Amino acid sequence: MVKKGVDQSDLFGTASAEDGRYIYTVSDITRDIQGILENTFAAVWVEGEISNYRPSASGHYYFSLKDESALLAAVIFKGASRNIKFNFEDGLKVICFGNVEVYPPHGKYQLIVEKIEPKGIGSLQLALEQLKTKLDKEGLFAQEHKRLIPHLPSRVGIVTSLQGAAIKDILKVLDRRFKDLHIIINSVKVQGEGAREEIAQAIEDFNFWNESAAPDERVDVLIVGRGGGSVEDLWAFNEEIVCRAIYNSKIPVISAVGHERDVTLSDLVADLRAATPSVAAEIVIPKKEDLRVRVEELTDDLRRSLFEIAAGYSETVEDLSHRLRVGLDHAVALESGKLAMVAKKLLLLSPLALVQRYEDKISQAARAIIVRMEHVYTLRCAQFAKQIEKLTGLSPLNILARGYSITFLRQTNGIMKDAGLLKPGDVIESRLHKGTVVSTVTEVSCDGRDKV
Amino acid sequence: MAEIKFEEALKKLEKIVDDLERGDLSLDEALKKYQEGIELSGQCSARLAGAKKKIEILVKNNKGDLEVKPVDEKVSEE
Repeated sequence: MVKKGVDQSDLFGTASAEDGRYIYTVSDITRDIQGILENTFAAVWVEGEISNYRPSASGHYYFSLKDESALLAAVIFKGASRNIKFNFEDGLKVICFGNVEVYPPHGKYQLIVEKIEPKGIGSLQLALEQLKTKLDKEGLFAQEHKRLIPHLPSRVGIVTSLQGAAIKDILKVLDRRFKDLHIIINSVKVQGEGAREEIAQAIEDFNFWNESAAPDERVDVLIVGRGGGSVEDLWAFNEEIVCRAIYNSKIPVISAVGHERDVTLSDLVADLRAATPSVAAEIVIPKKEDLRVRVEELTDDLRRSLFEIAAGYSETVEDLSHRLRVGLDHAVALESGKLAMVAKKLLLLSPLALVQRYEDKISQAARAIIVRMEHVYTLRCAQFAKQIEKLTGLSPLNILARGYSITFLRQTNGIMKDAGLLKPGDVIESRLHKGTVVSTVTEVSCDGRDKV
Repeated sequence: MAEIKFEEALKKLEKIVDDLERGDLSLDEALKKYQEGIELSGQCSARLAGAKKKIEILVKNNKGDLEVKPVDEKVSEE
């Protein structure tokens, strides 16, 4: 075809000639160009930068490859675009393999890309970096989101292949260690077509199971992983759908992918990364010996605590009884003090003392009375003497001596001072200075003169 | 009580030790807890001696509901 296109001598015979000029029709020249281009560039590598990328609804990628001075239209048809792992975007420097194709109706040519890889870095590596950046921005690796792996889980869910090495390693650890564990396996494809969907679905299934299961049937922790393999074999664990399933899992997830050196995005999203499936098993399945030691420690603690509590109470009892004793002694001392005081008071209040006191008082009083009496007696004697003296002066007897007489009514023995009180016949007695005269009244005169 | 899971018994035992260590229990309560703790300790030891593993698989039945089925251990250990 190329030869045909450039061999003008051959063409002259078939193409229309006018004025010695060879004139192509548009279709002819396009066909020739097509022939030349498509034959020359049937299998080529082209390096350039992706620009003007337009994915179509049907799954084809339309874009241009460009460098400083040229532009090449390119397309990746659906069948090939499916295999692209990395994020296709403008500005990415890539190396494409494919063929040049001319589209006559538009008079355009473009590179039909069969393979494309990022320049300088492997395609998978780039995809990983791109997804990592994206998920990191969204916070899928954030430490705050990491949940605690339960200590001593009762039920462990495992997402891996029943035919794989991982489950064997896990069961081996189980046999070596404390077997009191319920393991529920959700067997999935761990590599190849459909693996990522199955892994993601299995994680979701476990979460769904937990929502409807009774509390003692719920899975406490998930181990998601597989045994070792090539980067491609492990790739499902770098897939976005798997990362999101792990991130969205309400059950804490331990990732256990491949060997120590293999770090997948699942490892970054998971709540805990175990270097291998065996390590994951060791994390969730405790050593019998450790548990035995723990039980012993707790039992010792139990005994010690009880002893301490008992000792504490015993101390309290001792303290209380001591205080009781001291308190009692004190009370007794206090009371005896009081008693002594009361006794003293009582002694003071004793009737003997009172008697004594009254005796004293009485004798005092008696003495006082005697003194007083003596005094009064003396005084009275003196007064009496005086009176006697006075009386001696006033005595009617003395008056009688001077010639007067006193008349008594014999009947009443009353002294008569009023003649009116006498009537004739009354016997009167008149006392003279010496002797007495008895008379009978014959006449009474009230003018002051008696009629005897 | 015989069927108590090891980890449940251990958790209870830890709780009892915590309670006792806080030391604000009456002597009667403390003795009761101690008694319970010693029983749990015995159960833990018994479980450690005679633990059994149980392996099942999570599958979807015809209706699409999830269920767990026992797995032939030989298959998984081959």
